[in-house]
Amino acid sequence: MIVEVGHYALVLALAIALMQTVLPFWGARARDARLMALARPTALTQFAFVALSYAALTYAHVVSDFSLSNVVDNSNSNMPLVYKISGVWGNHEGSMMLWVLILTLSGAAMAVFSRAIPPRLLADALSVQGFLGAAFLLFILLTSNPFARLSPAPIEGADLNPILQDPGLAIHPPLLYLGYVGFSIVFSLAAAALIGGRIDAAFARFIRPWTLAAWCFLTLGIAMGSYWAYYTLGWGGFWFWDPVENASLLPWLAGTALLHSAAVMEKREALKIWTIFLAILTFSLSLLGTFLVRSGVLTSVHAFASDPQRGLFILAILVLFIGGSLFLFMLRAPTLSKGGLFAPVSREGALVLNNLLLTASCAAVFVGTLYPLALEAWNGDKISVGAPFFNLTFGPLFAPLLLIMPIGQMLAWKRANLLGAIQRLFFAAACGFIAMAVFYAVQGAPTLAVIGAGVAVYLIIGSFVEVFGRIFPAGLFKSKNAFARAKGLPLSAWGSAFAHAGLGVTLLGLAATGWGAEKVVAMKAGEVYDVGPYRLEVVGTTSDVGPNYKEAVAHMTIRRGGEVVALLEPSKRFFSTRRMSTSQAGIVTLNFGQIYVSIADQNDNGTIDARLYWKPLVSLIWFGALVMAFGGGLSLSDRRLRVGVARRAAKLPSNAQTAS
Amino acid sequence: MTRKQKRLALIGGALGVLGLAVGMVLFALRDNVVFFYGPTEMAEKQVGAGLRLRIGGLVKAGTLAHLEGKSITFDVTDGHHDVPVAYTGLLPDLFKEGQGVVAEGALDKGGVFRADSILAKHDERYMPREVADALKKQGTWQATTGAPPAGKTASGAPQ
Repeated sequence: MIVEVGHYALVLALAIALMQTVLPFWGARARDARLMALARPTALTQFAFVALSYAALTYAHVVSDFSLSNVVDNSNSNMPLVYKISGVWGNHEGSMMLWVLILTLSGAAMAVFSRAIPPRLLADALSVQGFLGAAFLLFILLTSNPFARLSPAPIEGADLNPILQDPGLAIHPPLLYLGYVGFSIVFSLAAAALIGGRIDAAFARFIRPWTLAAWCFLTLGIAMGSYWAYYTLGWGGFWFWDPVENASLLPWLAGTALLHSAAVMEKREALKIWTIFLAILTFSLSLLGTFLVRSGVLTSVHAFASDPQRGLFILAILVLFIGGSLFLFMLRAPTLSKGGLFAPVSREGALVLNNLLLTASCAAVFVGTLYPLALEAWNGDKISVGAPFFNLTFGPLFAPLLLIMPIGQMLAWKRANLLGAIQRLFFAAACGFIAMAVFYAVQGAPTLAVIGAGVAVYLIIGSFVEVFGRIFPAGLFKSKNAFARAKGLPLSAWGSAFAHAGLGVTLLGLAATGWGAEKVVAMKAGEVYDVGPYRLEVVGTTSDVGPNYKEAVAHMTIRRGGEVVALLEPSKRFFSTRRMSTSQAGIVTLNFGQIYVSIADQNDNGTIDARLYWKPLVSLIWFGALVMAFGGGLSLSDRRLRVGVARRAAKLPSNAQTAS
Repeated sequence: MTRKQKRLALIGGALGVLGLAVGMVLFALRDNVVFFYGPTEMAEKQVGAGLRLRIGGLVKAGTLAHLEGKSITFDVTDGHHDVPVAYTGLLPDLFKEGQGVVAEGALDKGGVFRADSILAKHDERYMPREVADALKKQGTWQATTGAPPAGKTASGAPQ
């Protein structure tokens, strides 16, 4: 019964989504305020129905209702509750449900928090959002119904893929989707602005908080996915340039560019057309990612073997929305008024360079991801484009950003003094060079790691130079009221400093991978191995039984200078339902570095093959992402960007907009 | 600078960066792309020694041999042709005789494929797509060895 309610709610949500698409749009054309006002309640109701439907599916998973084929294929009554709940999105149908849930959540959020947005723009934007919802709801109902029944119902389910039975599954997809799909708000607003035909600086104000929020979630989602892959796949890698990973990196790169160009548009009313284009591009790349992952055209850890029907349907959605919005862009862009000009050496100029490099590196990743698919479709040749390609293209395009980032922060709007900015960064640069010397003395080669670490230190310190200069305008000891000045600084200044520094922290972690040590051994109880600066002793092995698996656990102690600093327990799990085994790496974090051990099956002679890694500073890679998202959060909570404030500030321009 | 000059500088800079990007992409695509072949394709194309590529097929039953240390040899087959493979290192969890496998490496002068990595991007019901295609091409595809029933293998991290 509850399952039927869920199914029915999904159909109702589709009907409401269609209403949301047609009525407010019509209202905006006919200038009928009542029809436009329908946008808000329909967006909220659509979200409510999808949420109800999603709750029903979760209920079926929790009570292990094996009359649903979705539950049978992906669940098992012995599974821990947390995996029953997160297992809902651990499969194609449920994952699409989560996608639509967050899409409608975005629409609802826009309806609730965007009272500052002029009514016509909001009506059109929510209409576009409703159209997106309708397309994906139709996709779920026609090709991926999670509520399909199975008769007769089996007694037990096939279990969730063991690789997914991990806390990572509970965290990574929701975060990633909040980022991915959160950009739909920006897309809808951009499409609405193009439909309305008038765009001014206020538009940048409307999209900035949503872009920032989506960007923070996407950053966290990517980092979480990377850490999950790192500890679960057992060979210590954290980024494989897998198409699925690239699919999430593409909107991140475009979204980062959008964040910066929106700042230019808000402050100086320049780059208007470009900002609109980026807003469309970012969500289009999210849609592309959905297509790549959901249609089964890829082979990867995340791959699905699904029927082509789904692929074609998503492809149709992709063509409709990307093609439609670009067509609209083509029609409208020439009619938009040109923005103000600026000197090449200025904050705007630096942000333009930032945008150029970000979009160029985005394009490089795009080519590397799609070229193999295109080539195979063209002549059937199968190729793989791996890390060497991306290191050679993405690396050199992204690296200059790391150097110019602090300089850009120092430049004034309109016209700036490049030499002065560089002089003020002297301290940061000196720290970078000293760090290089120290790292070279302590750790030695490879050169790339030394250079990377030095640049990272320069970037971390350089990110705060601008804030520092504003707190201590007359130098560290001569400035008075430093505390009051620090408090008075807008949070967005702190935000960008932290976000930039976060990238530096991540870079430091990446650079330090060069100093890692790796060993493959056939280990026996009682043996001692050197892992980096630590000694690892194998104590013995035990076997254990979990709720739906058996596991062999190896026990080890980590010593430094004779003292035990940590215990390590890597294990190998065997899941009987799917007859699959997984490796649970043993990881311990010491001084931001990690000792990482993964074990294989026991050999005939009683030894166990194991990989031992020492990864100095590796945890900084993900910690940096946390710092980036923290910076984004600070910026987001800046009073100037809060929606209510934007409303008051936007009064004038909004009148201009409605007059179109 | 006049307005026009500023705009030209901007456009020139943009084209410069894009040109650089295109150049690097083309350069990298020429040398850093790895082709995927099945055993039959390898025989047909007369692949020379030293060319880096990926091969995929089934681990032929009865050919897996463990040597000194962590070295192994086995044959990759698609039912028509076999390619001998040598590999040293740890094996992925799902490496078994009769199962699908993808190996990356290069042929040596003696016609043995020296693999430096064995990929394990599949669970035991799911066959790497390249392997399935290679087997289908040779007509040795059997639904029971690897093809998941449509829509029933949904498993994998959502993205």
